[in-house]
Amino acid sequence: MATLARLQARSSTVGNQYYFRNSVVDPFRKKENDAAVKIQSWFRGCQVRAYIRHLNRIVTIIQKWWRSFLGRKQYQLTVQVAYYTMMMNLYNAMAVRIQRRWRGYRVRKYLFNYYYLKEYLKVVSETNDAIRKALEEFAEMKEREEKKANLEREEKKRDYQARKMHYLLSTKQIPGIYNSPFRKEPDPWELQLQKAKPLTHRRPKVKQKDSTSLTDWLACTSTRSFPRSEILPPINRKQCQGPFRDITEVLEQRYRPLEPTLRVAEPIDELKLAREELRREEWLQNVNDNMFLPFSSYHKNEKYIPSMHLSSKYGPVSYKEQFRSENPKKWICNKDFQTVLPSFELFSKYGKLYSKAGQIV
Amino acid sequence: MSQRQVLQVFEQYQKARTQFVQMVAELATRPQNIETLQNAGVMSLLRTLLLDVVPTIQQTAALALGRLANYNDDLAEAVVKCDILPQLVYSLAEQNRFYKKAAAFVLRAVGKHSPQLAQAIVDCGALDTLVICLEDFDPGVKEAAAWALRYIARHNAELSQAVVDAGAVPLLVLCIQEPEIALKRIAASALSDIAKHSPELAQTVVDAGAVAHLAQMILNPDAKLKHQILSALSQVSKHSVDLAEMVVEAEIFPVVLTCLKDKDEYVKKNASTLIREIAKHTPELSQLVVNAGGVAAVIDCIGSCKGNTRLPGIMMLGYVAAHSENLAMAVIISKGVPQLSVCLSEEPEDHIKAAAAWALGQIGRHTPEHARAVAVTNTLPVLLSLYMSTESSEDLQVKTGVQWHNQLIEALNSWAQVILLP
Repeated sequence: MATLARLQARSSTVGNQYYFRNSVVDPFRKKENDAAVKIQSWFRGCQVRAYIRHLNRIVTIIQKWWRSFLGRKQYQLTVQVAYYTMMMNLYNAMAVRIQRRWRGYRVRKYLFNYYYLKEYLKVVSETNDAIRKALEEFAEMKEREEKKANLEREEKKRDYQARKMHYLLSTKQIPGIYNSPFRKEPDPWELQLQKAKPLTHRRPKVKQKDSTSLTDWLACTSTRSFPRSEILPPINRKQCQGPFRDITEVLEQRYRPLEPTLRVAEPIDELKLAREELRREEWLQNVNDNMFLPFSSYHKNEKYIPSMHLSSKYGPVSYKEQFRSENPKKWICNKDFQTVLPSFELFSKYGKLYSKAGQIV
Repeated sequence: MSQRQVLQVFEQYQKARTQFVQMVAELATRPQNIETLQNAGVMSLLRTLLLDVVPTIQQTAALALGRLANYNDDLAEAVVKCDILPQLVYSLAEQNRFYKKAAAFVLRAVGKHSPQLAQAIVDCGALDTLVICLEDFDPGVKEAAAWALRYIARHNAELSQAVVDAGAVPLLVLCIQEPEIALKRIAASALSDIAKHSPELAQTVVDAGAVAHLAQMILNPDAKLKHQILSALSQVSKHSVDLAEMVVEAEIFPVVLTCLKDKDEYVKKNASTLIREIAKHTPELSQLVVNAGGVAAVIDCIGSCKGNTRLPGIMMLGYVAAHSENLAMAVIISKGVPQLSVCLSEEPEDHIKAAAAWALGQIGRHTPEHARAVAVTNTLPVLLSLYMSTESSEDLQVKTGVQWHNQLIEALNSWAQVILLP
């Protein structure tokens, strides 16, 4: 029991002592533990590191090999690609060369042919020169023509003037105004006047009525229309029998020209024509065409006083009215009847009949 | 005996009427009398005299009316208002050729002033009678009728269409073939005035076979006739490519180039107008003109003219050069650029200067070579001065400004190439 009591008395300190003794040892234990841990950790660490190093080395080897494998694979691909690229570049370069040549050729030949353009421009300029020359010649020709026409017009005018002034020509007695005696030689107008024909007023042109003669419609008897050969073309047939007349006589008879009667041959107004002819012949002998006119104009305004027989209170009566009564309303046209005198046919058949009656043997 | 006296009274009256109408016709030739005549009420008097029995009085009254209406458009309107036209048209069909000539003269004098008056003439049915007059034997009547139709057709397209519908075109083509020069002139000018309004009308004229006859007559020496023919051909060819090709097929080149050397200014102007109208449509037509040597002829023509007669030639060069660079080069080697720069500096009128600037621009805009060719002739300073000057019109300024800008760029281009190359 004592021990119990002692133990109980020490029990309170047991705890403390227990704690303190333990705690005194603790740092040592701790220290030793720490040291042991440290050593162990260090060793483990070394172990692990060694292991890891080992592993690393192995892994490196594996990776090295794997990477080299991959690399070689990649290299193969790269080489292939590079080869391919190089070949394509080569092909491209060759194709470009071909295309360049072709394009150059095409553009030069078809699209823009420089030499063709040069040719064309040269041709155009040559055409231009030719046209310019031709136009100049044309203009010159026109000028010349105009000048010639002007000169001719001047000539004509001068000629006309000279003809109008013909009366100013100098005579033997009286020198004209262009031929003054104080001059050395006559004025050129003088010579012009000498050359010119005197100007007369235009007389009304006598219209030649074209006389239709009978031979016009007898034209069908020309040698063209009927064969007038002496000998007829031979016909292969047996000869006709009998005495024949002379062939020339027969042809003369057959192709006798029309012998119109006098009534037909002469125009029906031959009297008028004969009168005109007579008048024409008399006109030939005239010196001057103009009627004799009085010199003064005093008589111009004088009215003509007709004779008593022809005049009545209401103005001069026309000659015809005295004999015939006329009814203008019944006239068909305004021309008068023509006085036609027919020719008589007493001698129209003379010498044209077959009979020989009356001929002198 | 009283019958004689009665007849004498009538004779006196007739003589008085004749004298009156002849005096009025003579007075109407002088412009200072016309006002007085108008105030004295001559219109109504002449109107009654138109219905006179005696043909001479009718004709002289119509002639007097024509002269009055010719003077100004108030009188022409008075003629229309007094209802003279229906009577004229009615008697046109029946009377002799002198009356027809005088009546056609009245219609022409009325129709020339304005479209409304011409419409009034068409409304009273004058076109049919005028076309019948075109078939007459007398060339004077045909000429008067053709002249009247020309003045009617001149105003606008509807009136031209009315003239064509009346069947005038084939008869006009027949008139062109007549030997009288005056008739040919009038017929050609009538066809020209019909064809100028629209492509359909021009096609009608071509369908009637006018182009061949017109082309043949270019060689005629009469200047006025040539002037009308060239104007007719240019009016036909200006509308479309087909019409221009048809005109070219009538073989006008190179005969037209001789017209460019004619003495008469109007002939030259119309010839260059014709070439311009042909060349402006397509590059092929321009090439045809260039191949025929037309460019050189036109350049010479520009050199020999002054003023407005140059304008069509300048525009023709511009059109040709605008189509393609080869043609522009052709214009350059034909020595067109010096001529154009001369025009630019010499001419006083603004629109001609603007046209010359435009033409130079068209020549120089294609490639640096062209620009160099233009710049060599020292036109750029001229263009610049025109652009800057305050007197030139807006149009001129715009055109010269644009061309100067273009030219400068191209010229700089070409010079840069020349410098950098070595």
